[in-house]
Amino acid sequence: MNFNRPARLLHWTMAGMILAMLFIGVAMVTSLAHYDALVALHRPLGIGILILAALRLVNRWRHPPPELPADLPGWQRQAAHASHILLYGLMLGLPLIGWAMLSAAGYPIGLGGAVVLPPILPRDPTIYAWLRPLHTMLAYALFGLILAHLGAALMHGLIRKDGVFSSMALRLTTPRSR
Amino acid sequence: MSLLNDLTGASPALNPRAVLLRLGAIGGLVVGAAGAFAYVGGWFSPGTLTQARIVDRFERVNGPHPGFRRNHAKGLCLVGRFESTSRGERLSKASLFAAGQITPVTGRIALAGGQPYAADAATTVRSLALRFQLPDGEEWRTGNNDIPVFPVRTPEAFYAQLLAAKPDPATGKPDPEALKAFFAANPESATAAALIKERRITSGFADDTFRGLNAFQFVAGDGTETPVRWAFVPGQAETAESAAQTARADKNYLFDEFETAVRRAPVRWHLVASLGEAGDPTADATRPWPAERTSVDLGTVIVTATEAEADGNCRDVNFDPLVLPAGIAGSDDPLLSARSAAYAQSFARRAGEPKAPSAVHDVPAAGAGL
Ligand code: HEM
Ligand code: HEM
Ligand code: HEM
Repeated sequence: MNFNRPARLLHWTMAGMILAMLFIGVAMVTSLAHYDALVALHRPLGIGILILAALRLVNRWRHPPPELPADLPGWQRQAAHASHILLYGLMLGLPLIGWAMLSAAGYPIGLGGAVVLPPILPRDPTIYAWLRPLHTMLAYALFGLILAHLGAALMHGLIRKDGVFSSMALRLTTPRSR
Repeated sequence: MSLLNDLTGASPALNPRAVLLRLGAIGGLVVGAAGAFAYVGGWFSPGTLTQARIVDRFERVNGPHPGFRRNHAKGLCLVGRFESTSRGERLSKASLFAAGQITPVTGRIALAGGQPYAADAATTVRSLALRFQLPDGEEWRTGNNDIPVFPVRTPEAFYAQLLAAKPDPATGKPDPEALKAFFAANPESATAAALIKERRITSGFADDTFRGLNAFQFVAGDGTETPVRWAFVPGQAETAESAAQTARADKNYLFDEFETAVRRAPVRWHLVASLGEAGDPTADATRPWPAERTSVDLGTVIVTATEAEADGNCRDVNFDPLVLPAGIAGSDDPLLSARSAAYAQSFARRAGEPKAPSAVHDVPAAGAGL
């Protein structure tokens, strides 16, 4: 049993986008020269992640993921379950906090051209002062979680060889049913 | 089966050596990814100039003033509108330049420097920041100073100048040696400082000319880009600063006179764009463009009311010069992106701090039914 094709496509597209977002995020607050260009990319890419994450949840609900192997120790099963909930939470939560904090700060939230998102919070600098460091903290937490997830995925793929990795792997040609 | 294979749950097809090798590769990849993240985030290059370091230096030079802007700290909010002449229509597709368009404007006049309670003084640089609210959520925010050119060309020079120009607590004046060293290292700043010193000083905010100084691009409906620099040119005639004015005991005489002027009649500025030609510097705000460049009167900013800084008004706005509508874009001027970054940092810090009232109070004049 594998993840369905949309689930696998979404997983790998979003993995690329989210890693890019994390790197863009930490680069922009350290680069004066590229700050503006990076922030201008950060906003629409983040909103794109929010939309794809919502689509991904809908797909997951309609096509439940495959079971983990029966011989996987219970704690690993629980860790996998908990980390997936956290990953989904942050995939949705970080862009929402980004959008909310810019709303509270009173910035127009431009996505490119003349497209501007409406605010989702009232303008309030105190709320902005709360959300801005929260965005940083949660972004770092997401990166840490992704590292653990990466390590675990490779353990499955390279060491346990238990079919968990291949259940998410992207094949360029459709596999024939065995 | 080895202990290692048991612990990792490795496939029986792998011998312990292979398991160890693969574990090492996985560990290496995870550590490498973490290292790349730290590298991009600047953890290994503590010397680079960042938005946080610029704002740290403002705080070091000016002392702590929680709740206030780290620069242009003393100011007064204003409200008004922009009426287009329609002459900008062919240069920029931004809706505020369309024929007959009236755009609501809020803004802030201020004095440069990070001291919110400094007494008004004739030679302090004055500023005019504006926020144009276009339809569909678009905005144009702009900060403008009453000097002919900017004193520095790069953010690094700005950072160095902040420290070099810091008044010595003993003399109240900057250390001449530090200034000399700064100008030697940044000769373009010496030329700019001379131009700034020569400027005419007007009697107040209302008859002063405020310039954007950085170059921008106007983008027309057909995609044509024109390099521009703009100025807000007063509708009323300029009068020189008088000795009687400066001798006043009122520490807020510039702001008070502006409030009085607005109460008497709306104060106007023409938004005039100078169109750059090939060879005009767009990436060097220390150098003026030739005076004979075509200039276009795009419309008039009409200020109808003033308001002391308070919750929710101009106090809580970041006049980030790169908040632009479609039709106006940044240029290759290195100050622009750096300003955007530093203003965001200054704004984020002051947003969370307790607020003290502004030194400039809105005192309604007797009889002005406010
Ligand atoms: C960069 C960000 C990444 C995010 C946000 C992410 C997120 C997720 C989530 C939420 C799941 C659970 C899917 C579900 O139950 O609906 C998942 C599964 C999976 N991911 Fe990732 N992933 C990322 C990167 C990676 C990378 C780099 C790899 C491999 C090297 C990987 C390999 C896998 C595998 C093998 C599964 C299937 C695991 C299972 O069935 O429990 N992921 N990922
Ligand atoms: C998955 C989505 C997102 C991720 C992973 C992410 C990640 C990051 C990171 C790592 C930083 C740097 C934090 C620091 O070091 O202080 C950052 C900053 C920021 N993010 Fe996001 N972000 C996401 C979504 C968004 C969205 C949707 C928006 C806005 C619409 C946004 C707006 C910002 C802003 C404005 C900053 C700070 C710029 C500044 O203060 O100078 N982010 N983000
Ligand atoms: C790299 C160069 C510059 C740096 C680091 C810098 C820094 C700052 C900072 C930190 C603030 C306070 C922002 C806030 O908290 O909202 C500020 C305000 C301001 N700056 Fe700059 N600035 C630079 C260049 C310029 C230039 C070239 C101009 C002129 C045209 C300018 C005009 C203004 C104005 C008008 C304000 C006040 C806006 C208001 O009233 O809120 N600055 N600057």
